[in-house]
Amino acid sequence: MAPMKVYGWAVSPWMARVLVCLEEAGAEYEFVPMSRNGGDHRLPEHLARNPFGEIPVLEDGDLTLYQSRAIARHILRKCKPEFLGAGSLKESAMVDVWVDVDAHQLEPVLKPIVFNCIINPFVGRDVDQGLVDESVEKLKKLLEVYEARLSSNKYLAGDFVSFADLTHFSFMRYFMATEHAVVLDVYPHVKAWWEALLARPSVKKVIAGMPPDFGFGSGNIP
Amino acid sequence: MNSITSNVFGPAKSINVARVLLCLEEVGAEYELVHMDLFQAKEQKSPEHLARNPFGLVPALQDGDLVLFEARAIAKYVLRKYKTEQADLLREGDPEEAAMVDVWTEVEAHQYHQALRLIMLECFLNPTLRGLPTNQAVVDEAVEKTKKVLEIYEARLSEHRYLAGDFFSFADLNHFASTFYIVDATPYGSLLDSYPRVKAWWEDLMSRPSFKKISANMTTK
Repeated sequence: MAPMKVYGWAVSPWMARVLVCLEEAGAEYEFVPMSRNGGDHRLPEHLARNPFGEIPVLEDGDLTLYQSRAIARHILRKCKPEFLGAGSLKESAMVDVWVDVDAHQLEPVLKPIVFNCIINPFVGRDVDQGLVDESVEKLKKLLEVYEARLSSNKYLAGDFVSFADLTHFSFMRYFMATEHAVVLDVYPHVKAWWEALLARPSVKKVIAGMPPDFGFGSGNIP
Repeated sequence: MNSITSNVFGPAKSINVARVLLCLEEVGAEYELVHMDLFQAKEQKSPEHLARNPFGLVPALQDGDLVLFEARAIAKYVLRKYKTEQADLLREGDPEEAAMVDVWTEVEAHQYHQALRLIMLECFLNPTLRGLPTNQAVVDEAVEKTKKVLEIYEARLSEHRYLAGDFFSFADLNHFASTFYIVDATPYGSLLDSYPRVKAWWEDLMSRPSFKKISANMTTK
């Protein structure tokens, strides 16, 4: 069987979400680097894979998939179904709940903080401090709920590590590189959960391709 | 309370409540909708509701001892629990089909809804719920974004009868509520007229008994 191919740039948090799952799954894969600066994602060759012109894209045999969470689910369903709680109505539901909390509540709050605090200064865009401050306040309210959850459960979906935990990694990685990382200090269970994620071999491997400044400082932008 | 009946908490007009109700209807599950007043009484912030959904949002679902939140997570639980040969909207028994259901479910959340939501907000929600005027510049930009997305949908639906393939799935279902509000509650339903395959797909969806039933509780007409 041909290895899966994944297209994109490693600094992308959406790409990293997929890479962590590939690594956790121990799957054979080929990473096809693309250039964001060069506009590779808007070329006809790429639009034929993903008409929305985004990365990551995964090719697995006849399947061409896009949207990072759909790709991740496919990899885990195939190689590590326990990470989706497969076979248990309750466990799969709890995984889905916390995957969606990340997608629809946490990521929308982390994204403006990460973009304003890390990216904007490098690309000459103004930092919207009002938006950052508002987002940090919203984040604290979310973290209160996470703290309660992780005080009574080792992992987000329950007592088993799952896609719910992995899916949080990539945006958190960049958030934790901002000056606002200290907000985690008052949520000890969240902090411990985060540090346990960082200790996973899959995460260590993927983080090596994710410099905290997205590569801007070294001039290594994709 | 019947032990085989699930309770869904939230107002029927909420997009995300409708998402769950549609799934319950599609699989023929017994359920009871417990209405919540989000605007005057702000029931979503009550201790009773926070015990169900600590994020203070709707919907929540209670099925025996199990309490769930996040509409798509609830929906998938329902679709798995009540799955039959006739009603298999996730196709988790077939990895390729399941993957395409996931792709187009994600596309709805991150591309389709993102394009439509400001049209809904400016033309429907803001005037109706908040007494705010429509910001036409925002609407115009959202309409351009929507057209680009609909072009992609037109191409997809020219190749397949439904979004994930030639079978109706959770992916199609997820498009119901925001499309319905655009068509029913804003002047921009006519956008679909330029995309005949999309329009035919929408009319096909709306011919389903479940869609007719749920939309009856949401129509502004």
